[in-house]
Amino acid sequence: MAAFDEGRHAQAFPSFGSERMGAPVVSYCRIDDRPIRSHEPIDEPDALLVQDATLVHQVDLFRGLTPDAFVLVNTSRSFADLGLAEFAAGHHPDRLLTCPATALALEHLGRPLPNAALLGGFAALTGRVTLGALESAIAERFPGPPGAANVAAARAAHRYVADEVERLQAGEVVSRAAAD
Amino acid sequence: MLQQIEGSQAVARAVARCRPEVVCAYPISPQTHIIEAVGALVKSGDLAPCEFVNVESEFAAMSVSIGASAAGARTYTATASQGLLYMMEAVHNAAGLELPIVMTLANRAIGAPINIWNDHSDAMAAEGSGWIQLFAETNQEAADLHVLAFRLAEELSLPVMVCMDGFVLTHAVERVDLPEQAQVDEFLPPYRPVQYLDPAEPVSIGAMVGPEAFEEVRYLAHLRQLDALDRIPALAAEFEGVFGRPSAGLLSCYRTEDAETVVVALGSVLGTVKDAVDELRRTGARLGVVGVTSFRPFPSEAVRQALSGAGRVVLVEKAFRAGGGGVLSADVVVAIRDSPTAVHTVVAGLGGRPVTRRSVVSMLEAATRGELGALSFLDLDDTVVRRERARILAAPAPGPATGSGLRGRAPSPVASAGEAS
Repeated sequence: MAAFDEGRHAQAFPSFGSERMGAPVVSYCRIDDRPIRSHEPIDEPDALLVQDATLVHQVDLFRGLTPDAFVLVNTSRSFADLGLAEFAAGHHPDRLLTCPATALALEHLGRPLPNAALLGGFAALTGRVTLGALESAIAERFPGPPGAANVAAARAAHRYVADEVERLQAGEVVSRAAAD
Repeated sequence: MLQQIEGSQAVARAVARCRPEVVCAYPISPQTHIIEAVGALVKSGDLAPCEFVNVESEFAAMSVSIGASAAGARTYTATASQGLLYMMEAVHNAAGLELPIVMTLANRAIGAPINIWNDHSDAMAAEGSGWIQLFAETNQEAADLHVLAFRLAEELSLPVMVCMDGFVLTHAVERVDLPEQAQVDEFLPPYRPVQYLDPAEPVSIGAMVGPEAFEEVRYLAHLRQLDALDRIPALAAEFEGVFGRPSAGLLSCYRTEDAETVVVALGSVLGTVKDAVDELRRTGARLGVVGVTSFRPFPSEAVRQALSGAGRVVLVEKAFRAGGGGVLSADVVVAIRDSPTAVHTVVAGLGGRPVTRRSVVSMLEAATRGELGALSFLDLDDTVVRRERARILAAPAPGPATGSGLRGRAPSPVASAGEAS
């Protein structure tokens, strides 16, 4: 909705299976400047948001990812703590981030629903949608106090990820300078 | 108004703007958000006057729809897969009674084995029911075709089924320009039934017809279906005049002018096929696409013309009749029977298997090399099939294959949950 509001074409769809609480779920989103004709699932994503970090060793989450893809994992731990140091080493460092989205959701919503926070992080990480468009879309989809709380969570995550990206990019400059 | 909206919600709003007077549906699985959303619009008073009738089964849903339509009400319902099968006796009756009911079919597979995902098996089970069947390629088409469907149904006194791919379209959030109320009112006049059940002037409809006239009745029904071949393009043109955007006619052609190989398909898979064709066109291959919107009546003459320049036709079908073949293939073969065009049937996407551009490109490359057989299944796991065939042939024993031979087949990496109904 945020991308649509910014004049772009967008498509979102879930995948379906047997309904049961706690089962892993996956859904997809495409954003483009041209009409999107395909409806096939995305198997080579440009960006991957992981809502549940306990899945990282359960299913092959990173299949199809290129080293340039954006990855945002909902956790307050680091990639090394998650046992993903090896994966992280082969990846573009400032495109690979963690964000404590559940913690931010608990702070702003009072419930462990990390979705809006992760979208805020996605906006900061990729720049594919602006925070303003995201805030409007969340407020439109969830009118009233729930929307406002989710907007606050998205904003907090956006700030967190933007700071992280800045820190990593600064670090990269420093390390490059050191290498020279 | 242009909106970013789920397919089901877009169709529900389009249907509501057609001002149905009775909506009758079985609200439980297999069903989509369409009925839920239409029900909410009735409850809130946004869709009025309209009676929403909750019933205990799909058989009752179509039976009540028949009653409502016979009493002169503009009538709508929706279903999918097993739900359509359960109402099938009444589905045929609605057509035989010439009642202009409009029904959305959110296309899904038919069991067994149990499968909730998308393919066209359900629509193909009703292709001989006497209903007009229109297939939507996109959610925009799905919304627009419902408006056209009510007009067509009421002009011809025939029921119309709008087929849209379950999940692939119904659950996809996309850009849809919703039909505006004023435009719908301009395009679709109030329903004025010629004959209807009225307690003040009792009549019978649906009387028994014996051998002396049954064949004539069936032939007349066929002619009435063929009338739709003239009316659909005319209504599509009128639709474009009112709504300012093209509506799907009998079929759509994409890059077919100089195409040596033309793919023919129904529904949302056309988007992926077009992407594949564009990719191959960049390598110099001359490929085109024909999307059939009006599957019943089948536009044989239009299909023949669209395929007249093609040396090879590839039919991508999301349904298959075991022991027979593809339904679309059979129709196309008859339509082009006087031409030397080679015809290949490719069964794809059964039970929700994704039809990927990569696989379609590989298949079309094989086709242009002359290596595609008369009948093939896209992305078929030959190892599993060979092993299971060997097991069956070695020890012919009774018992279902699905519980044994497919056991070695890996599940999808993320067996996901969702709000499927």
